[in-house]
Amino acid sequence: MKIMVAIKRVVDYAVKIRVKPDKSGVETKNVKMSMNPFCEIALEEALRIKESGLASEVVAVSVGPAQFSETLRTGLAMGADRAIHVEAPENIYPLTIAKILKALVDVEKPGLLFLGKQAIDNDQNQTGQMVAGLLKWPQGTFASKVVLDKEKQVATVDREVDGGIETLCLDLPAVITTDLRLNQPRYATLPNIMKAKSKPIKKFTLKDLNVEIKSDLEVVEVTEPPKRKSGVILSSVDELIDKLKNEARVI
Amino acid sequence: MLRLPKNINGLSKISKCFNNSIIKSSVHTVNGPLSFNLTSEQKELIETAKKFSREVIIPNAKKWDLNNEYPVEAHKKAHELGFFVAGVPTEYGGLGLSLLDCCLIGEELSYGCTGFSTSMLANELALGPVKLFASEELKKKYLGRNAAESVIAAYAVTEPGTGSNVAGITTKAVKDNDGNFILNGQKMWISNAGQCNWFFVLARTNLDPKAPASKAFTAFVVDRDTPGIIIGRKELNMGQRASDTRGVTFEDVKIPKENIVNAEGNGFKVAMGAFDFSRPIVACGAVGLAQRAFDEATKYSLERKAFGQEISKFQAIQFILADMAINIETARLIYYKAAWEFDQGRRNTYYASIAKCYASDVANKCAADAVQVFGGAGFNSEYPVEKLMRDAKIFHIYEGPEQWTKLFAMEITGNKQSPVDFNDECCQFLTKDSEVSSLVLDYPENFESLELTNVGLSWKVEIPTHYANATSI
Repeated sequence: MKIMVAIKRVVDYAVKIRVKPDKSGVETKNVKMSMNPFCEIALEEALRIKESGLASEVVAVSVGPAQFSETLRTGLAMGADRAIHVEAPENIYPLTIAKILKALVDVEKPGLLFLGKQAIDNDQNQTGQMVAGLLKWPQGTFASKVVLDKEKQVATVDREVDGGIETLCLDLPAVITTDLRLNQPRYATLPNIMKAKSKPIKKFTLKDLNVEIKSDLEVVEVTEPPKRKSGVILSSVDELIDKLKNEARVI
Repeated sequence: MLRLPKNINGLSKISKCFNNSIIKSSVHTVNGPLSFNLTSEQKELIETAKKFSREVIIPNAKKWDLNNEYPVEAHKKAHELGFFVAGVPTEYGGLGLSLLDCCLIGEELSYGCTGFSTSMLANELALGPVKLFASEELKKKYLGRNAAESVIAAYAVTEPGTGSNVAGITTKAVKDNDGNFILNGQKMWISNAGQCNWFFVLARTNLDPKAPASKAFTAFVVDRDTPGIIIGRKELNMGQRASDTRGVTFEDVKIPKENIVNAEGNGFKVAMGAFDFSRPIVACGAVGLAQRAFDEATKYSLERKAFGQEISKFQAIQFILADMAINIETARLIYYKAAWEFDQGRRNTYYASIAKCYASDVANKCAADAVQVFGGAGFNSEYPVEKLMRDAKIFHIYEGPEQWTKLFAMEITGNKQSPVDFNDECCQFLTKDSEVSSLVLDYPENFESLELTNVGLSWKVEIPTHYANATSI
């Protein structure tokens, strides 16, 4: 079985995000970019499945400008067997990405598609669900545990929901999106970085896949969250109760 | 860049030899592309080192420093990732990375803690001469062991009574009837001494005190578990406390003759040859530390408020930070160049010496300035910068003190017209301002050397036999 993992390049989690002066989005110029942490977890899970003998190949795919191939290199250095880079502009919306991924699935025919549950830049949390819909595959989102039964062709997925853990059985092929506690992603070791040199990255254009970029969404404005205001010192308990009742309206 | 006279003092052959090598390199530089682009592999190497630094080194560095502790677990992990065999050639099981690659990694690890990365540097320093000069069997055995068993090595040259004056070492190796050697003596400030699997040792094998340095010493690989090796306590140093620095005593330690690195009598050149290789690594470490100092100071200046605003808004602070950035960028460029020259297969002593000298200055200045930006908090060990200032000082000292590397750079610039023209102030400078008693200009490619020995107050140049036609000064 082949596993496909979708990877996104995002602003590194340790970078303090700044909004562009024209409020059109987040500043990415001269900012350190990395693999989306949830995608790292997705790739790690796919690699573990392969290492346990339940899959034969892990293919990392990404959609974006030229620099996205660097992030795919990271994926190859972690252990993916090969990569596919779909050249496209930045900031494409989830539905288009889902359509591109569907087109890639049609080409590659994987038994499992792993995605991070969301990317830490836009926090959309939609792509996995949308691509499952387009493919008409079962989906296990927010996975905190994945167990594969190769004979029965079933994946058992634990999901972290508000009340506790929900367990789903998915018939393969299926889409799984990964949550934080699923695993601890590995380092790309130096020997693997050198080995990744010879691993192929195949390029596709949107035309090759017959997908058009179009979105019904428009970003009107991106702003920073309001700064926290400083507190006030009150002179009496009565005043506090009054404020809690009438200003904060919490009692 | 270098201006050499065609013929001086009958040393035409020598200057011709220098001229040739210089012409070769300048042609390459003029016609070759100039690029500061890193390859995608190099970016990946940096990423992994950065991640390791951020997740494993930085959260623990303070603890290692406070407890004077060698971080066994972190080193094990570093080994697993391949950091310690990065420079070992692929035929011996290493990764065969270039010196520049190793430096890029070194900078990121040093950013986390230079005490940690010094252990890696000391390992490279021990591997260097073996890699460059040892027999195939020796390389296979020891470099192979480092790669296969995740062990490290130590470079044991310095002694209690002698540091930069390598020619003054007194540890002796005497040949026995079977042609093996018996080693006796004491080494000091040996990094990795308590953690290593084998030592690179330099010892005197010609006991005649008049024997020239180029013939008096032999380099050996000595297994750590050989009987007679006594390892001292872990020293408590000013900084870089995560590094394992100790004294080592050799008492009748038997070394098989196969463990001679290169040939008997060639030890001095072998030991010194490692420095062209290791000085860029020291420089990258110093740059890593300086970058950390800059980042910490910048971060703090954006948070700390005085007189009603962040201190980063004051020009006084901005100028300090700008100077730090200027120094770091330029130091990084010169260590890139020093390492790159080595990777081109050219003699890089000049660049390596400048890189080491400059970067260690930059590290000390940046660390001290970072403490200044932090003010009182910088002096306190709850904040990260006082450790940087303590850690930085050793960069001025190990692998050739500041003044020593300056001499190297100066000789080779031909500032006084020629590397071999010691008739003038350069020579006087040597006698007047340093304790150097012997100086060797060695050329690893062909092992030709030109040696100066201090004879009373005057200097005599000994011309090696293959320059038989040349006249001594």
